[in-house]
Amino acid sequence: MTSIAPKEQSSEKEVQTEEHEDLRLFGLIAFLIADGMTFAGFFAAYLTFKAVNPLMPDAIYELELALPTLNTILLLASSFTFHRAGKFLESNKAKDCQKWLLITGGLGVAFLISQMVEYFTLPFGLTDNLFASTFYALTGFHGLHVTLGSIMIMIIWWQTRVPSGRVTNQNKFPFEAAELYWHFVDGIWVVLFIILYLL
Amino acid sequence: MTISIQPTNNPPEKLQPKGWLKYFSFSLDHKVIGLQYLVCGFLFYLIGGVLAGAIRIELTSPLSDFMPREVYNQVLTLHGTIMIFLWIVPVVNGAFGNYLIPFYVGARDMAFPRLNAVAFWLIPPAGLMLITSYFINGAAQSGWTAYPPLSITTPAAGQIIWILSVLLLGGSSIFGGINFIATILKLRRPGLKLMQLPMYCWAMLGTSILVVLSTPVLAGTLILLSFDIVAHTGFFNPSLGGNVVVYQHLFWFYSHPAVYIMVLPAFGLVSEILPVHSRKPLFGYTTMVFSIMGIVVLGLVVWAHHMFTSGTPPWMRLFFTIATAFIAVPTGIKFFNWVATLWGGKISLNAAMLFSCGFIVNFVLGGITGVALAQVPFDVHVHDTYFVVAHFHYIVYGGSVFVIFSSIYHWFPKFTGRMLNENLGRFHFIITFIGFNLCFAPQHWLGLNGMPRRVAEYDPQFQLVNQISSVGALIMALSTLPFLWNIFQSFFYGIKAGNNPWHALTPEWLTTSPPPVENWEGEAPLVLEPYGYGKKEPIEIIKTEEE
Amino acid sequence: MSAIVTLVTSVMLGIGGVWAAYNVNMLPVSASTNAPVYDELFRVLFIIGSILFIGMTALVIYSLFHFRRRPGETGDGIDLEGNISLEIFWTAVPAIVVLFVGLYSYDIYDRMGGMQSLSSHNHENHMESNAERLWGGIGSGPIETSSIDQSSSLPIELTAMQFAFIFHYPKGDIISGELHVPVGKEVSLKMESKDVIHAFWVPQFRLKQDVIPGQPTILNFTPTKSGNFPIICAELCGPYHGGMRSNVIVDEQEDFDIWFNQNAKETISSL
Ligand code: HEA
Ligand code: HEA
Ligand code: CUA
Ligand SMILES: [Cu+2]
Repeated sequence: MTSIAPKEQSSEKEVQTEEHEDLRLFGLIAFLIADGMTFAGFFAAYLTFKAVNPLMPDAIYELELALPTLNTILLLASSFTFHRAGKFLESNKAKDCQKWLLITGGLGVAFLISQMVEYFTLPFGLTDNLFASTFYALTGFHGLHVTLGSIMIMIIWWQTRVPSGRVTNQNKFPFEAAELYWHFVDGIWVVLFIILYLL
Repeated sequence: MTISIQPTNNPPEKLQPKGWLKYFSFSLDHKVIGLQYLVCGFLFYLIGGVLAGAIRIELTSPLSDFMPREVYNQVLTLHGTIMIFLWIVPVVNGAFGNYLIPFYVGARDMAFPRLNAVAFWLIPPAGLMLITSYFINGAAQSGWTAYPPLSITTPAAGQIIWILSVLLLGGSSIFGGINFIATILKLRRPGLKLMQLPMYCWAMLGTSILVVLSTPVLAGTLILLSFDIVAHTGFFNPSLGGNVVVYQHLFWFYSHPAVYIMVLPAFGLVSEILPVHSRKPLFGYTTMVFSIMGIVVLGLVVWAHHMFTSGTPPWMRLFFTIATAFIAVPTGIKFFNWVATLWGGKISLNAAMLFSCGFIVNFVLGGITGVALAQVPFDVHVHDTYFVVAHFHYIVYGGSVFVIFSSIYHWFPKFTGRMLNENLGRFHFIITFIGFNLCFAPQHWLGLNGMPRRVAEYDPQFQLVNQISSVGALIMALSTLPFLWNIFQSFFYGIKAGNNPWHALTPEWLTTSPPPVENWEGEAPLVLEPYGYGKKEPIEIIKTEEE
Repeated sequence: MSAIVTLVTSVMLGIGGVWAAYNVNMLPVSASTNAPVYDELFRVLFIIGSILFIGMTALVIYSLFHFRRRPGETGDGIDLEGNISLEIFWTAVPAIVVLFVGLYSYDIYDRMGGMQSLSSHNHENHMESNAERLWGGIGSGPIETSSIDQSSSLPIELTAMQFAFIFHYPKGDIISGELHVPVGKEVSLKMESKDVIHAFWVPQFRLKQDVIPGQPTILNFTPTKSGNFPIICAELCGPYHGGMRSNVIVDEQEDFDIWFNQNAKETISSL
């Protein structure tokens, strides 16, 4: 050993199992920033298309506002209910927590269904024109995120059951991760809604 | 929460394979993963090099006679993709980053060992997929930039496999980047301040920020491109109303930062190597840190300098010209600081030192041609010519690859416990340097005088110069042989290195060579002055204690 | 002392660079009004570049040689961690150089006509294009040359496809695989691609512009030397990209007129 490395530790110290601070949430945030950049790329593409490429004369690209507005409300509400579930997890009321998780998951699924309804009622298909393609790509990519999120919620819901579940207020990470992710997906939707439907 | 010990989610050490087998397993040890990256990357380098050889053979005659034209395009696409995504990026980031960063922050492993292993194991399948695509209907043939509509109209199978494997490699890169950020920011040994970290940590922090911010955009773009190919959407297909220039913007939003992903870690490695072998502190630590961050910020806003001939509006061209040229300022600070580090030192002219100095010289030339290319009126003549090919090989080969060699000479004793043969190393440097300059310097002239890039056939007036360039490539290929011999020979019979053969002060040298599984037998050392050479107590003291 | 030696050598090498910039022929002949402007920029960049490159290389080689560890020598170099005034110096110098280069190349760009806006120019020539959006290549405006006749530019349409350039002269309805232009007259080339991206490059004109499908682009230039120069496709466009070449034939006005009249549609039909 060298003069710089301290030498005093004895062999029984080898069993020390201190762990470093839990960095999983930090990692998740970094990942969500990356994920957000993917969306940012899509948004930038859509806005550029809109600014530069005029719609071809015979192309149909009209969006109704009713369903997406409903979708926005569904998702915003689900963010709120998720938060609510978290409160109950904190105060160890697993039953209530599970109830609110179920509601959250239900809202997620409702969003997906209503998105499907919109897809089937729209007058244009994936390859009809540039805007149609971008519309489906953007909402589809977001829908994929909602699907993943809903699955996560269901898993968490299963894991918070008492007494055998693994997610408790001692082990909150899976819950917090899913919640953060869900808020992120929600936030993306708001941007998406503004850009795709309102602009 | 004092010293970071083994993360809890590590399985017990017993479950991990022992001996050489661990290098073929899903190991969670950052040192094993680092070496896996290094060896895997080097194998891909040999493949990419053979492809480069094929390119140079084809170009010894002005006719397209060595291979069919389609195959030439596949070869150059694979060459570019392999060299960038499977050699430089994984090695300067993954290999050295994984090996060194935990030492530098005083940790026992990376923040997320499992994610780390996943990130590595994405690479071999992605690489193999890419290479096998050649045998299924032909590989991608639209260049490493895959510009649509060409990439939409060439055979789909190869292009789709190319997209998939770049997506996997991008994913690997993002996982790695997240891991590095977490490790550097959050896993530092208590008592170690950010401004006391070795420079390579800063370089990796900057690089990882670029990775996390820009790689996802490439992923999104390639997903859209694959829709265009498979589902016949029209994002980038003008015949369906799409816009090809949008692809270029999105692609270069990643791929310009990617060039700094290839070179910033190399800057960091050089900053570690120069002080050790010139026995002087790294000159201007603080300005070095700020220049890295300056390059990161500027690097994100200069992408359109690859698109000066794409019909971009004048104001845009001007903005990108100025922003690009200004990268010379932070980069210049680094180069002047390195020269100042050499100045007044006691320089050992060993292979690591020579390769690092070779890097400085080559990179300055590459950077100067880069600043010239950044000038719109200059670029409209030489864009997409061999002048650009010369520019970037001066940087990626003369820069990053030289630094990789330098780092191997520097850290081999730590990796294996044995020294490399210095005389063979110096010989390797000399022929690499000669071959490299012979190969790429003439290409500047070719570009200026009218030879476009990515062509298998060219105007006969360029034959002589192309042949000179090919001879240079041959010398470069041959220069690999003494290196490989040196590695094999020294690995088994090299002189025992001891723990700290260079009497270096950075933490990785303050443990055994090769280091134990959790890096230090006892507590991690607290190194507050990684560059404290020439301080009151001479380094010699450390040496006597060691023996 | 040693610093002075380095300084002197690098200054001498710099002078060598200047000499090389003026005496070694590194560019093909210049054959458009663009080209001499370009060559001026090239020379300036070359001189600055050689001074920087040779200076840095000299510094590195000198340090390696002069500060090398002699046999038997032990110990460290001096404990020198930084120097604020030096740092300021070498931040400022590149900044000034870069700023100068940027402004200078802006001036060059302007003289090449790069800053001219498309709308003020050339619309009469491409009347049919008023409805569609046009993109401007570099040199979309005229270059400050009073001697050259600018009364009207010669409109030509270029269609690029895998793997050929096709030129169409709207005035005589001529279709040609080669570009014929008269010396000293501004040409206004409207370029469009049928399939993938190509690029129109004439090294002797120092001009290059991508020919992009779905994005009609205008490129203006004025040839100044008669002769036969290559047109090269500079954007990877498929297997035969390397073979996608043509010629631009720059004639004196009379010779051009003869060619034009021989090929123009009216002439042919009247025969
Ligand atoms: C690691 C890779 C790497 C790095 C670091 C760089 C660094 C730079 N590059 Fe390069 N570049 C590539 C890899 C890289 N490049 C590749 C792969 C391509 C081609 C892609 C393709 O089309 O396939 C390319 C293409 C490319 C182009 C497009 C050319 C074209 O296609 O027409 C341009 C244009 O601006 C450019 C500019 C620059 C500049 C200004 C820098 C600067 O960062 C350089 C800064 C460094 C210095 C200037 C030297 C040191 C400084 C001093 C000693 C101080 C004093 C100097 C001055 C005052 C000038 N590069
Ligand atoms: C990023 C790193 C990188 C590296 C390290 C290299 C290394 C080399 N490159 Fe590469 N190159 C690129 C990145 C890189 N390149 C990219 C991005 C492109 C653009 C692709 C595109 O346009 O899409 C390109 C394009 C490119 C071209 C232009 C092709 C064209 O436009 O038509 C050429 C031509 O000379 C070339 C040559 C070489 C040579 C001779 C080497 C040499 O340095 C290689 C030396 C190494 C070896 C030779 C291997 C070791 C030796 C052996 C295994 C022994 C056997 C050897 C033989 C049989 C020869 N490269
Ligand atoms: Cu057309 Cu290359
Ligand atoms: Cu770039």
